[in-house]
Amino acid sequence: MTPGNGADAVVRSLEAEGVEVVFGIPGGAILPLYDAFARGTTVRHVLARHEQGAGHMAEGYARASGNVGVAIATSGPGATNLVTPIANAWMDSTPLVCITGQVRSTLIGTDAFQECDIVGVTIPIVKHSWLVPDVEDIPSTIKAAFHIARTGRCGPVLVDIPRDLQEAELEFRYPDQVDLPGWRPPRRGHPRQIAAAARAIAAAEQPVLYVGGGVLNAGACEELLELAEVASTPVITTLMAKGAFPESHELHAGWPGMHGPKWSNLAMNTSDLLIAAGARFDDRVTGKLSAFAPGATVIHLDIDSAEIGKLRRADIPVVGPLPEILAGITAELRALYAAGETPQTEEWLRQIDSWRDEFPLRYSHEGDYLKPQLVAETLRDLTAGRDDVIWTTGVGQHQMWAMQYVVCDHPRTFVTSGGLGTMGYGLPAAVGAKAARPDATVICIDGDGCFQMTGQELATAVLEDLPIVVVVVNNGYLGMVQQWQAMFFDERHSHVHLTHQVPDYAMLAEAYGARGFTVSTPEELEGTLAEAIECGQTAVVDCRVDPLEHCFPMIPAGAAALEMIEYEEREGAEA
Amino acid sequence: MRHTVSVLLENKPGALMRIASMFNRRGFNIESLAVGPTERHDVSRITLRVDCEQHPLEQIEKQMHKLVNVLRVAELVPGESIERELALIKVSAPLELRRDLLALADVFHVRVADLGPEALVFEIVGTPDELESFEELVRPYGVRELVRTGRIGLSRASDRKGIKRHQNVLG
Repeated sequence: MTPGNGADAVVRSLEAEGVEVVFGIPGGAILPLYDAFARGTTVRHVLARHEQGAGHMAEGYARASGNVGVAIATSGPGATNLVTPIANAWMDSTPLVCITGQVRSTLIGTDAFQECDIVGVTIPIVKHSWLVPDVEDIPSTIKAAFHIARTGRCGPVLVDIPRDLQEAELEFRYPDQVDLPGWRPPRRGHPRQIAAAARAIAAAEQPVLYVGGGVLNAGACEELLELAEVASTPVITTLMAKGAFPESHELHAGWPGMHGPKWSNLAMNTSDLLIAAGARFDDRVTGKLSAFAPGATVIHLDIDSAEIGKLRRADIPVVGPLPEILAGITAELRALYAAGETPQTEEWLRQIDSWRDEFPLRYSHEGDYLKPQLVAETLRDLTAGRDDVIWTTGVGQHQMWAMQYVVCDHPRTFVTSGGLGTMGYGLPAAVGAKAARPDATVICIDGDGCFQMTGQELATAVLEDLPIVVVVVNNGYLGMVQQWQAMFFDERHSHVHLTHQVPDYAMLAEAYGARGFTVSTPEELEGTLAEAIECGQTAVVDCRVDPLEHCFPMIPAGAAALEMIEYEEREGAEA
Repeated sequence: MRHTVSVLLENKPGALMRIASMFNRRGFNIESLAVGPTERHDVSRITLRVDCEQHPLEQIEKQMHKLVNVLRVAELVPGESIERELALIKVSAPLELRRDLLALADVFHVRVADLGPEALVFEIVGTPDELESFEELVRPYGVRELVRTGRIGLSRASDRKGIKRHQNVLG
């Protein structure tokens, strides 16, 4: 037992949870906690410039490390600025603990200065939350918060602590166990279902492993690799699962959905067996749901039973932890093969290979402008074979090009905002990823629109010695919106023009004490990117690219996956 | 189709709000909701009435199960459970009609909870159907105000299968 106050108890609890680093910004209602940090702790605090940045840093940290991310903010506006990261973590199932200060207990409900019912505001986007009622409850609440964030389906939780509780005396003692009678994530998949899944896989001629972010969250990548190899089954990874299966592996069959290559969507949609693992049949993956993989039997493996049958009926559902389920299926398969059955996928794999050759990603190399795809390709080539690179992205065209061109062979090396589609995620997420993996080269492929939403976190990267490389794919537009306006609104560009020139990203970078580069021709591209990556400092590379380049192929929203619009050589981008 | 769902939840601040928020967010509609204490001081029971098909019902149950404060979710199967509701009905009762009204109440075993010069308040406990029949009968006399608790339910004392838990081989 250690004497101290409630704020000390928070810090000791974080230490007891093994927290290495937290991201936050102080303010009135969280002052006692910051005073406790000042009195000494093993926890590193990274000072962000905006609470949204702190939240995305915590998410980036969590996704790159596999640990729970922690973000700290004061009451009122500090807390509401965390709402976007919380919603983002909710949609992408990222383990996140948010600790917010609250006004004194006696002032709650009086519209006090910087008072906001953040527990009420965030109820629809957290796994659980607490307004801590008593100083005695601080250690057990933090213990429960970490437990809930990382068990079952991962996700965000929020602990709101009134200022007077932070100041109240408390003899600290960390509980050994959590008391959560209503929180019982499934512990194992049903053996009968696992056996049924294995039989279906052994019998399938055109199976596809449809892999989602849940495989990364569960740490089931090795089990996935083993299953894919034993069953000789092609693997399609969603945006959230990029890196969960080595992309250089011959069984990797690309990425599904709206901007996935045609050959991947062909494989997915003509399969006779979909083995969905930690994936949730998101509309960006399926396109028109009723037309999605119409001939496929569905095996659905997930830790969250509510995902089973939510959108697509599962013929063989298995609910439980993915490592054990995937390993269980592999073991059953080995037994089936030992008894004489063999994988029947040879022809299917040849078919997918021929589609891969027939429908490669294509774009126009004509015109005066630098092409954004070339930026992504050059980054891929510059980092080929390296296992120490972590990519982050914002949201939009540049994100889709990153998905299409960058190669990730290792888990937790592609950090992006999937479900919520949060512009501005990439840069702070890169700072968080760097904090998680100081040895790694962290490259944020960003858009110019995204950069301007959270660019102030360059200060954090520079001053906290968390060097990152930000490659701004600067087309001077809110590019994806512009693409939709061009394709579906008769080219009426409405309020999407940001310009190439304002701000001058290189000058802005230098104003923050980072290195700034500008590239506008293919000739300068490789050398400049290489210099930025090797310089060891935070660097921003402003790549001024073709303003009207579109991202192809594309499945229009609501259309069937195979009704995709492809890039056409002659007519150019305006499909 | 209408379903009655019985939910046991920890008696914690905001627990009801989390359930209400989940229903709202997922687009499920609650027809009636009754909440109150149980045999355990730290546990409350909610009886929910929802109008939906089997598939959304399963989603409702699974989504509720994910809420940390929710301890148990079960559908109360008609015929294998007891459902009751309480209503208070204030009816215009001038002297000349009072005798008729009281006779009606007698037939339905309805208590008179309060009596005024021009109105009386009936207190009726029964199945939701019985409440509706009685309301229908007194309506011609002029119903001034009415309140219903929403139904509550328990599985039958004799029937161990009264509570149907949605098992979907999900472990």
